[in-house]
Amino acid sequence: MSDLTRQLLTGNEAIARGAYEAGVTVCSAYPGTPSTEIFENLAQYKNALYAEWAPNEKVATEVAYGACIANARSLTAMKHVGLNVAADLVFTAAYNGVGAGFVIVTADDPSMHSSQNEQDNRRYAQFAKIPLIEPSDSQECKDFMKEAYAVSERFGTPVLFRVTTRVSHSKSLVSLGEREEQTPARYVRNIPKFVCTPAFAQKHRPELEERLKALEVYANTSPLNALEQKGGKIGVITASISYQYAKEAFPEDTSFLKLGFTWPLPMDLIRSFAASVETLYVIEELEPFMEEQIRAAGISCVGKRAIPDMFELNPEIVRRGVFGAEPEVAQLDVDLVPRPPALCPGCPHRGFFHVLSKRKDFVITGDIGCYTLGYAAPLSAMDTCACMGGGFSLGMGMAKAFETQGVTDRKIFGVVGDSTFFHSGLTGAVEIIYNKGNMIPCVLDNSITGMTGHQDNPGTGFTLNGEIAAKVAIEDVLRSFGYQNVIIVDPQDLKAMQQAVDDALASEVPAAIIARRPCLLIKRIRHDVGKCVVDREKCRGCRLCLKVACPAIHLRDGKTEIDETICAGCTVCAQACPFGAISRVGDQRKGE
Amino acid sequence: MTAFTGKSILICGVGGQGTLLMSKTLTYGLVQAGYDVKMSEVHGMAQRGGSVSTQVRYGEKVYSPIIGRGEADVLVAFEKLEAVRYANLLKPGGAALINDYEIAPLPVASGAAEYPQNIEEQMRRAFQVRVLPASRVAKSLGNIRCTNIVLLGALVRAFALETIDWNAALTASVPPKALALNIAAFDAGYQLEG
Ligand SMILES: Cc1ncc(C[n+]2csc(CCOP(=O)(O)OP(=O)(O)O)c2C)c(N)n1
Repeated sequence: MSDLTRQLLTGNEAIARGAYEAGVTVCSAYPGTPSTEIFENLAQYKNALYAEWAPNEKVATEVAYGACIANARSLTAMKHVGLNVAADLVFTAAYNGVGAGFVIVTADDPSMHSSQNEQDNRRYAQFAKIPLIEPSDSQECKDFMKEAYAVSERFGTPVLFRVTTRVSHSKSLVSLGEREEQTPARYVRNIPKFVCTPAFAQKHRPELEERLKALEVYANTSPLNALEQKGGKIGVITASISYQYAKEAFPEDTSFLKLGFTWPLPMDLIRSFAASVETLYVIEELEPFMEEQIRAAGISCVGKRAIPDMFELNPEIVRRGVFGAEPEVAQLDVDLVPRPPALCPGCPHRGFFHVLSKRKDFVITGDIGCYTLGYAAPLSAMDTCACMGGGFSLGMGMAKAFETQGVTDRKIFGVVGDSTFFHSGLTGAVEIIYNKGNMIPCVLDNSITGMTGHQDNPGTGFTLNGEIAAKVAIEDVLRSFGYQNVIIVDPQDLKAMQQAVDDALASEVPAAIIARRPCLLIKRIRHDVGKCVVDREKCRGCRLCLKVACPAIHLRDGKTEIDETICAGCTVCAQACPFGAISRVGDQRKGE
Repeated sequence: MTAFTGKSILICGVGGQGTLLMSKTLTYGLVQAGYDVKMSEVHGMAQRGGSVSTQVRYGEKVYSPIIGRGEADVLVAFEKLEAVRYANLLKPGGAALINDYEIAPLPVASGAAEYPQNIEEQMRRAFQVRVLPASRVAKSLGNIRCTNIVLLGALVRAFALETIDWNAALTASVPPKALALNIAAFDAGYQLEG
């Protein structure tokens, strides 16, 4: 017997559990907030299923799709922008259909707590013509996963399973169930189904529309859509986390049509619900996705007229929008100094950016990761950061623009992290070689995917389950592309870092820099840590050490002081001090 | 409006201060006591010294895992400036348990801004404030890291949640070798006057 008592689980833990109970056997993903913990939690089921970190979302989705063609129930998961990377396959997989069940989890991030945009991926379901399922709490995350596989197999389609930050990262009570093992059919080659030539695609095209019609029929009776008929005055159509907010914002006698299957919309159900109430509200976060379709069906409703179409909702925003209820809020007169995130004390990225920050003629095209914080004052050492992989290719575009403009006094450094390098820096690195880019690609190799909470990647030598794996050497990759001068440097050694930059700029052959030092937070490595102390006699209060942007350093009475509880003894500040006022004391080892 | 009959707790601090462990222990105890419980946290920047917050809601039935402005019954702040940052979520007249502890944000550390001096005074105008020496107590017990459990003890007292078996909740959420320290921290927090 499995444990049937209720557990407090995050939505992500519950999705992992749901995949396990649904008998899924092949899972591949690339990390990204707020989706990451789904796969971290799959690791506990390693005796029952295979789960891996892929180099990026496109590869992950392809792996999962390939597995479903071989009749294994499969899963991929990603943050919302990850679906942009995977989209190429998703649109065509909709045409070809599936073997066994195939579910794509997209974790959207309304309010952009940890993201660069707020795209509403429900649009992808409609765009790619695949069904959409949206749970509103952890129990539903688990239960809806199982129905998602049933829908995928019954209708032969990939299923998009959309959660948001508040669904993924909120905990609520979940009753667990048993795993249902699947018996896979034997794989048989099926050329017309899985080879997407124009002739076959043209055949699939009308079938796709037929499938959508069948899905709409299913939607009208789907167990994922629930009617809570109370009174005839106000009716609310809602889905996902907005349901929870609306339940607290509307009066007790409000009728609800709570949708868990949100594309194709159950229009018959919606029409009869609308007819049963005097006023119909559509409460949804972000885009007017349901509202537009409901209106297009000739049903009048109140939606974005009352509810904002950007940033996340909560019960108070719904109450205010619908009923004009202003909450009582205390007004304080305090100068609220911001607390922006900063590179950790001892972060290896600090030395790299400190050296590059000194030159005003440098253009630094950055990328996404902890190292994006190189943009923050006082380092301010970044020109761009847009999407993963862009660190190399955006720099290439700028280099070509400068060439056409006759600009020769700007030096371009393209910067990506190790995980980002494997994700989509590879093709940019090829582009720079192939098209003779006048720039220096740099990989900040801290030997981990830091930003998303320390996942392994192809360069770390370990798999998702912590097993030893082949370690792809970034320098070998770059050399094989044609970078004849790959400079490997410890960024914490400022002199060496400066030398690496000078050497790369002077290089006659294509040069690249790998700034290599593992992140101090990696637990399996023994780190060499200590403490730095300030000699207050020698300190002249010049503030040059503050330019390294370390959270452990502050001023007291005009002189530098170091908070020893958080200092890691990396000595970057000591190297930056022209008066030798900072020195390191005590050697310790941290880690195993 | 459907009146929410339970309680909403907002816990805030600076990444690395242990707000998550406190919420975990708290929710464990509340679940054991038979409440419906929801908890919400925002990950991402937590490890990088940024501002962090967790919301815990419990009662007979909880729908939303998060609250809006003016909806929290109590605010537990691990750091003074963070108390102010989240104060607009606390009901006017609500309880604020504030750890008497300052962590300078980067603009203050670099001399570009001053750490505000009027936090207590301003908070007292709007809320029932208790300023607690939780970090000093934790330090005197031997480890500043148990500040979170000192504050949990104080919260349990403020909310009269004594009927819950907190020793069991601590046993479930902290490593065995840290249990004795955390039980001592809990008791010390429970006894705190402030
Ligand atoms: C397409 C896409 N997928 C995933 C993410 C989430 N994400 C942000 S940074 C990052 C990886 C950073 O790792 P690395 O390049 O090694 O840099 P580090 O954070 O370790 O400095 C990921 C996966 C994203 N922003 N975009």
